[in-house]
Amino acid sequence: MAFLHVQKTTNKFKSLKNNRSLIPYLLLAPGLIWLSIFFIFPILQLGATSTKTPAGEIGFFEQTYRFQNYIDAFLASREQFYRSFLYATLATILALAIAYPLAYAIAFKSGRYKNILLVMVIAPFFTSFLLRTIAWKQILGEEGPVVSVLRAISIIGDTTTITATPFAVVTGLTYNFLPFMTLPLYASLERIDPRTMEAAGDLYANGLTTFRKVTLPLSMPGVVAGTLLTFIPASGDYINAAILGDPKSKMLGNVIDAYYFRIVDYPTAAALSFMLMVAILILVTLYIRRTGAEELV
Amino acid sequence: MRSVKRWFSKNLIRIYAFLAFTYIFIPIIYTIIFSFNDGGKSNLAWKGFTLKNWANPCGAPEICTALGNSLKIGLTSTIFATILGTLIAFALGRYQFKGRSSTNLLIFLPMATPEIVLGASLLTMFIGLGIDTGFVTTIIAHIMFCISFVVVTVKARVASLDPRLEQAAMDLYANEWQTFRRVTLPLVAPGIAAAALLAFSLSFDDYIITNFTIGTEITFPKFVFTSAIRGVPAQANVIGASMFFIALAIVIVGQVLASKRKSKV
Amino acid sequence: MAQDASTSARGDLILRNLTKTFGDFVAVDDLTLTIAKGSFFALLGPSGCGKTTTLRMIAGLEEPTSGSIHVGTTEITDMKPYQRPVNTVFQNYALFPHLSIYENIAFGLRRRGISNDLIKEQVDKVLNLVELPQLAQRKPAQLSGGQQQRIAVARAIVNRPALLLLDEPLGALDLKLRRQMQIELKWIQTEIGITFVHVTHDQEEAMTMADTIAVMNNGKIEQLGSPDDLYDSPKTAFVANFLGQSNLIPGTISGNDGDNLIVDLYGNKIAMPKRRSSATGASILAGIRPEKFRIAPVGKGATGNVLNGGVVSDISYIGVSTQYQVEMPWGKELMVFEQNDDDSDFLKKGEPVVLSWEPMFTFGLDGSQDASAGAH
Repeated sequence: MAFLHVQKTTNKFKSLKNNRSLIPYLLLAPGLIWLSIFFIFPILQLGATSTKTPAGEIGFFEQTYRFQNYIDAFLASREQFYRSFLYATLATILALAIAYPLAYAIAFKSGRYKNILLVMVIAPFFTSFLLRTIAWKQILGEEGPVVSVLRAISIIGDTTTITATPFAVVTGLTYNFLPFMTLPLYASLERIDPRTMEAAGDLYANGLTTFRKVTLPLSMPGVVAGTLLTFIPASGDYINAAILGDPKSKMLGNVIDAYYFRIVDYPTAAALSFMLMVAILILVTLYIRRTGAEELV
Repeated sequence: MRSVKRWFSKNLIRIYAFLAFTYIFIPIIYTIIFSFNDGGKSNLAWKGFTLKNWANPCGAPEICTALGNSLKIGLTSTIFATILGTLIAFALGRYQFKGRSSTNLLIFLPMATPEIVLGASLLTMFIGLGIDTGFVTTIIAHIMFCISFVVVTVKARVASLDPRLEQAAMDLYANEWQTFRRVTLPLVAPGIAAAALLAFSLSFDDYIITNFTIGTEITFPKFVFTSAIRGVPAQANVIGASMFFIALAIVIVGQVLASKRKSKV
Repeated sequence: MAQDASTSARGDLILRNLTKTFGDFVAVDDLTLTIAKGSFFALLGPSGCGKTTTLRMIAGLEEPTSGSIHVGTTEITDMKPYQRPVNTVFQNYALFPHLSIYENIAFGLRRRGISNDLIKEQVDKVLNLVELPQLAQRKPAQLSGGQQQRIAVARAIVNRPALLLLDEPLGALDLKLRRQMQIELKWIQTEIGITFVHVTHDQEEAMTMADTIAVMNNGKIEQLGSPDDLYDSPKTAFVANFLGQSNLIPGTISGNDGDNLIVDLYGNKIAMPKRRSSATGASILAGIRPEKFRIAPVGKGATGNVLNGGVVSDISYIGVSTQYQVEMPWGKELMVFEQNDDDSDFLKKGEPVVLSWEPMFTFGLDGSQDASAGAH
């Protein structure tokens, strides 16, 4: 029995070349250098800027290592911080709820149409997401069909709007990130051998139990990937808030944008960006630890 | 009554999928429909069917400059990101080397960082170094955030390549370069093509990072966003719809080619 | 940089002290072997015995930890796969999915710069040899398993290598097809005269096709010889149990009688040809193949070597023969294959029987051997 186990590990190395050659490093160098210069270095610069203070004219700052900046920034934008994570979480949960049955249907119930359906899921990706979001704004807006109908049947009053509400922002976020949630879920579900589900049925499990005990656990890698791919960009998004929301539903992204371009307060903007990034990294690490995903890339 | 209930529970999930797809396509259909609207500058309410937007897609001021810029930036970024990313993907997918997990982390981080942080940090760096923002800085930024996506896409393909095919090639007198050229590359090509397509769409559609690095120039997403307040002109819908149909065509052609290779006679 | 020996090196394949380790695990342990030019040679053994690793080292797809490989007088140990006069038929065929069958077969020829006309001639010839000329323009995915297998063979032999290596090529085929391919491969080998080295875990396959078999276990060769050599005179319990089936009964040598040894098996005295015993001391394992036993109810006269006291514990009817498990007084079961070719007695479960056989069919292994090694 021990032989078989060793055989399995040695097979992996039969296909990976040994580490005597320099080739992998040569292949990695250009891309990794690019990322170092244009990702790592700027992030470090961001950190450095975050502790600066105004010096003289607008737009000029000097390095004073003022870590108080972080506290000030957080206190001033506490609300938007919480709101960003709240909206992102809501959008992720909704997206998961909508995407999972969809991915399931495509993986198991679509027969010959599987490829067509997959294309249709990715299709929205091909139109500018700004146009899509604006389309929703107009569909759900004052002059759009939805509001008129709902008002006509008295579900909502004459002064209630759908756009310019947190509801619209979350809906927009959910919609925009749906493909990001659906595709990893599909990929994961597709890999499940349908015979394992048949086996469960053979062993007295009904539909729901089969799902809970077999399908769902086996699709977890897809769930993890999908939720990460949705939550991360959603928490930093501000387009949906800008187009579909109102001043009371501003997210952290809007705030950072304002600090950069209108108030021209780079240190505060940098501090907020840094905090956002660190917060996401912590959440992601905890999440991955808990769900046990291995190689992410 | 029983059979209706039966039919329902059997097809529940199919019904649901149908509804979900409808939901997905509503704004797209709306966009396409309104590209035919005779709506003037703001295109907010339906005023009548017309083909003149399609006849004159550059009618709105600046729109074609924006589109041109987005295409130029997209193509340039795609080429470089695809090359750099493919090289990394090969390194990760084929070789065992020290620093493997650090590399994985470095590739993963940009995907885990919100766009606003990526954009803000780049802007900070450019300002700090006294570099003016514009075309070049945007291309630099786009290459940066596309590399990771290219790596993930190509690496999946490289990893699924049966190593015995390359061994068979060497067994049949092909040296390392010939093996790569005649066996490895053709088999990985679809993955590279998919990665390039992905990179292009990410770049073309990007607003947040571009907003930080584009300075006073304009791209298509920026055009749409800034005109959102006044009302997006129908020509933007025309361009959006066209992109949709072109991309759809590309994907369908890709599917047809892939299935042709697999068809059993 | 070693030169290209793909066309020049010819002769016997000689492995000397070939060893391969993966960390602590020794896959191939100091193997020394000569495979005669033009023969059909089989490397036989269970999973993990090192046969595939050995094959890969010959092909150049695995680097030996130590030792050398020669083809005739040319040493190929350090040569790259594409420099060796060796071609491989892979276990899963490894046909190039993006190339047509024609291009797959032509691949090796093209790399060596052979002209298009000559290529066409050779490819057509070999397609006719495997009887699949109509598939030239198809893609591998469009072929059945059996067809892919034959194309994989064609792709290798078209290059006229000194050596053709086959890595369990028939594993994925169903029984009938496998039998057919065994006959075809053997025929191709005699037609072309190339040395075939065939790796398999199927002992029936090895015995059907090979001129010489090397039985491998734990990275070493247990025994080398022709199929009947190995079957009739196994030197170890592993070989006795791995090739066909054996009944191994522990006993002691109590004397000799001319050309025979007298062996005491739990009180039963039997005779065994001296030349078929490889025991070194008094302790011996007497080996009798199940098909050599005669089984009869108690009372009927029995000749030759006789074992008394057996009771039928299980009966399996397999059409051409009946398989009996007989429980002996010392607590172990013996296996008996009786051909259903005459009006033999109908034996029942629980019936006491007498086992007998011709002494010349007995072989003997050293008593220190583990009687269960290699059993499957």
